Amino acid sequence: MAKKITGPEIERLIQLLGRMPGLGPRSARKAALALLKRRDALMIPLASALAEAAGKLKDCTICGNLDTVDPCSICRDPARDPNLIVVVEEIGDLWALERAGVVSARYHVLGGHLSPLDGVGPDQLNLDALLARVNDGLVSEVLLALNTTVEGQSTAHYVTGLLAPTGVAVSRLAQGVPMGGELDYLDEGTLAAAIKSRRRM
Amino acid sequence: MEWSDEAVVLSVRAHGETAAIVELLTRAHGRHSGLVHGGRSRKARPVLQMGNHVSAAWKARLPEHLGHMRVELQRGYAASSMDDPAALTALTSLCALSRLLPEHDPHPNLYEITLFVLGFLDDETVWPALYVRWELALLDELGFGLDLSSCAATGTTEDLAHVSPKSGRAVSRGAGLPYQDKLLSLPQFLTKSRPTGANAIVTAGDISAGLALTGHFLATRVLNPRDLALPEPRGRLVGLLRQRER
Repeated sequence: MAKKITGPEIERLIQLLGRMPGLGPRSARKAALALLKRRDALMIPLASALAEAAGKLKDCTICGNLDTVDPCSICRDPARDPNLIVVVEEIGDLWALERAGVVSARYHVLGGHLSPLDGVGPDQLNLDALLARVNDGLVSEVLLALNTTVEGQSTAHYVTGLLAPTGVAVSRLAQGVPMGGELDYLDEGTLAAAIKSRRRM
Repeated sequence: MEWSDEAVVLSVRAHGETAAIVELLTRAHGRHSGLVHGGRSRKARPVLQMGNHVSAAWKARLPEHLGHMRVELQRGYAASSMDDPAALTALTSLCALSRLLPEHDPHPNLYEITLFVLGFLDDETVWPALYVRWELALLDELGFGLDLSSCAATGTTEDLAHVSPKSGRAVSRGAGLPYQDKLLSLPQFLTKSRPTGANAIVTAGDISAGLALTGHFLATRVLNPRDLALPEPRGRLVGLLRQRER
């Protein structure tokens, strides 16, 4: 068994860092060492930022996003189009769309997708809140920005059926060749989707 | 211990950040799982979709180990059914119900039927009837096959219209008349003397009756004794096909 080379507090720090995505035990040690070496410049500000964020963290009661204010900054933003709701599976998807900066709309985070094998049914998703938002009457279009997986598209079809009685326009993301994609390297499913949704030039 | 086989992807679970535990229905090795390194990569994700036909190579020290798997796409059935909500739900239901098969127990017959159903998921005039037949085949493979060849009461092979919910045997229209309310409907496309020509068209009502028939026996004989219920997509499929009926 390897000898312990640091005190229990630092060991705990390394253990916790090792639970972060992208970090294994070795890289957690590296990160911990970087923090220890730069205590004033990095470790103390990071600790206080973590404590502050953890203390103020809230689930947005409107869209399911995570923020330090409720409603979240996106739901509060008056510059966003209130007629369009972009439905995403996870907060990471919302961040990805925001990074791209291609849509200035409100969002709705489902908190996952339908997955019978994992016991995730419609009741486990944030669907009631979506239905309530659509029924408010302000929304004219719901864009389903869900993953192009069997589970993601099953969820998309389910949400489409759920929203059908409201009369709201439901759209989904296009499927096909990605930017910089070379046909030779694409899977047949993507090629089939691209051919199916071809556009006249 | 290693093998190579062809298979249908039944489920994929994330394992760590980059790997996935993949469950397959293989032709010669039955339902089998394995760890796929890089199974969550951008390249592997389109391959590891439920319902896709793949070729797989599995390797482990002992047969009971999880082992490592390499998977290559043969035919992407998942992509071809993505636009049709009912077909996609049928695919999900098929994969969920396939998990009732015991592990490592080969069912080559059911495997063939599975591939056949998946191959027609883009043709909505064909796949619902094939799906019902697939559920019948599943019941058969699980040891609860229905006897739809002759009437349980009279032995006749003509005009079979019902199925006994207890014995799972066909009952002719005449013999079943007094017990009509208690018997399950037997759609004609499931009988051996199925109609031909214009009468051979399978209606939405026939599909509903077929799903009610297989659903009853799956629930009472396979799932309820294990304290399980029919998978959620199976219920959704019935609802979607009923909507089409209207």
